[in-house]
Amino acid sequence: MGGFGRYHVHPLDFLSGHSQPSVKAFTHHRRCNAGFALQTSAVPVAPSSTKVASDPHAEYREDFLQALRCMILSRTLEEKLGSLYRAGGRIVGGVYLGRGQEAFSAAAGIHLRYGKDVYGPLIRDQAGRIAYGEPIIDALRTYLGTVTGPMRGRDGNIHRGRPKQGYMAMISHLGSLVSVVAGALFARRLKGTLGDSVGATSIGDGGTSTGAFHEGMNMAAVEKLPLVVSIANNQYAYSTPTNRQFACENLVDRAKGYGVEGYSIDGTDLLACVTTFRTAFQRARAGHGPQIVVGRLLRLGGHGEHDDASYIPDLKKHEHEGRDCLAVAQEQAISYGWASQAELDQWIQSARREVDQATSLVMKEATPDPYRESWQALSTVALVEGNEG
Amino acid sequence: MSITYLEAIREAQYEALRDNPDVFLYGQDIGAFGGAFKATKNLSREFPGRVFDAPISEDAMIGMAVGAAIEGARPIIEMQFADFSSVGFNQIVNQAATLFWRTNTPCPITIRLPSGGTAGSGPFHSQSMESIYAHYPGLVILTPATVEDAYWMMLESVKLDDPVIFCEHKFLYYHLKSEDFGEAMPIGKARIARPGRDATIVTYSAMLHECLRSAEELRLDGYEVEVVDLRSVKPMDSDTILASVARTGRILVVGETFPWGGVTAEVIARVSSEAFHLLDAPPMRLNSKDTPIPYHPNLWKAHRPTTASISSELRKLLRY
Repeated sequence: MGGFGRYHVHPLDFLSGHSQPSVKAFTHHRRCNAGFALQTSAVPVAPSSTKVASDPHAEYREDFLQALRCMILSRTLEEKLGSLYRAGGRIVGGVYLGRGQEAFSAAAGIHLRYGKDVYGPLIRDQAGRIAYGEPIIDALRTYLGTVTGPMRGRDGNIHRGRPKQGYMAMISHLGSLVSVVAGALFARRLKGTLGDSVGATSIGDGGTSTGAFHEGMNMAAVEKLPLVVSIANNQYAYSTPTNRQFACENLVDRAKGYGVEGYSIDGTDLLACVTTFRTAFQRARAGHGPQIVVGRLLRLGGHGEHDDASYIPDLKKHEHEGRDCLAVAQEQAISYGWASQAELDQWIQSARREVDQATSLVMKEATPDPYRESWQALSTVALVEGNEG
Repeated sequence: MSITYLEAIREAQYEALRDNPDVFLYGQDIGAFGGAFKATKNLSREFPGRVFDAPISEDAMIGMAVGAAIEGARPIIEMQFADFSSVGFNQIVNQAATLFWRTNTPCPITIRLPSGGTAGSGPFHSQSMESIYAHYPGLVILTPATVEDAYWMMLESVKLDDPVIFCEHKFLYYHLKSEDFGEAMPIGKARIARPGRDATIVTYSAMLHECLRSAEELRLDGYEVEVVDLRSVKPMDSDTILASVARTGRILVVGETFPWGGVTAEVIARVSSEAFHLLDAPPMRLNSKDTPIPYHPNLWKAHRPTTASISSELRKLLRY
């Protein structure tokens, strides 16, 4: 992929050492079946000049920084996609950004191994896709519809994946990926190839209202599959607020109904996300069945770049959930002494370079030619009808 | 030895499980119970850990099959009745049917739809769904009308790298018997079930047998009616249809499902546009009535095409 970054599990050279996995639950959350309690307060953010004497969160340092770097790259890439959209011409169709959801998405993605685990990301998972290991050039190639990309102009934007690698390409019908990811895990268990692999997929507050989500969740629970389901409650499904979407107090309450373990966290707090997802992925891999992680946050933008989100009251943007998870994470990194401002600036610069290089390369690549398109929907060529069809 | 259509489907599933470890069965009540129609009788005992009861979740059943197929498995999914596949419709037409085209990843799943009417089954246990699914690109739609086809096409379905909608007719399950499985015919080829020279009937699935009886009735009037069994409605074997029309100059297309659009309309459209000059009479078609499928046998028999109504249409066609 021409040297364009692909973050594997531990690709970041600035990280040192591997912390030992721990199943100890972080104090910010408790598992649903272990006396679940909501806790939305963020980690106190100390002034960046303060030196932390002892580091109580040291075991999460590596996960945190890895996720943070993916968040930076994701935000940088999405800003580029937004400006390409506004400039017009190259991106046909919509642009759907994950601004405000990067911490929640990346904290899940860092636990997934590209080509090994099964991942079915959704619309606002650019950060998770990067953390999982999708090269950003695949995103650009799909948005620009070049033949070099995974979807070859046949599908666009966030509808991309490489299923043979365990990387599912979402369709627009919300909830329908849960059973697909579950099925991949089911087949692996049947074939004896499951090993320590795990599956993950995402949904929003609106998507949890679908029958497909319910059917998939219930099936995964019945089969006790190693599946982590992230529910980003960003408070708006397109324009519909959550009080028109569901009547339960917190979506994590549904975990109990499915008989699975659930967690509710502050989705704007990267440390809370990182600690919770570590537990969830460890529990899933250890055979405790599906895990539901609900992150409370706010979509910091429209449904897509065509949408000015004028229906979100200004007041909402100033609430706790409206804070920018990326800014919070950068402050946290400095306050814990895990990164300096200079290092953060350097990562931002390197992300910009990477995005610019990938963009200029993809801009020159070929777009599909209808006369060279095979126009065959079946893989069995002998069964493709001729001109009659 | 005498084998029923249902036993042929069970036997083919048995052999598929036996011959390929990637094959597994997933469906409601198909495990120890053996399925609502016993199409999987004893299979869970003979293949432990390969035949699974599913929750009542048609959407998730198909989604699960797609995920499993991506991982190299070859699932056979039983919908308890074809009618209920409408709950899994999205996963069939948007997930399974688009997978290969979108991602270059084959989707080898077989979805069994116990289809069609039987007396007393009513609006929600009698439907034929082949026309609905045939409308979408990326699916193979099979409609076996004989014991031999039920067996061979099921075996072939499991081997295909594409999603197959296997429309097996419930009326034929116990009524149709054969001494052996005969010879395999390739998918995508129609079969001349009865040769003739005066008119062509194109049909498929259970209607084949009604049409054959009509052809026999018309023989007493001195007509030789050719009957073409489509076998697979998609792909559709236009060549065999057009060749038959070239011989007879007249065509009646018979299908059990609703009249608006669908397989029969597709055949008429192809014949009209590609063989207009071969026709000696306007092409005709016969379907069920345009209402939900009724419960009471008096109504049901009048709702679907029967030997009598087919013969009546044939006479009109031959008199033109």
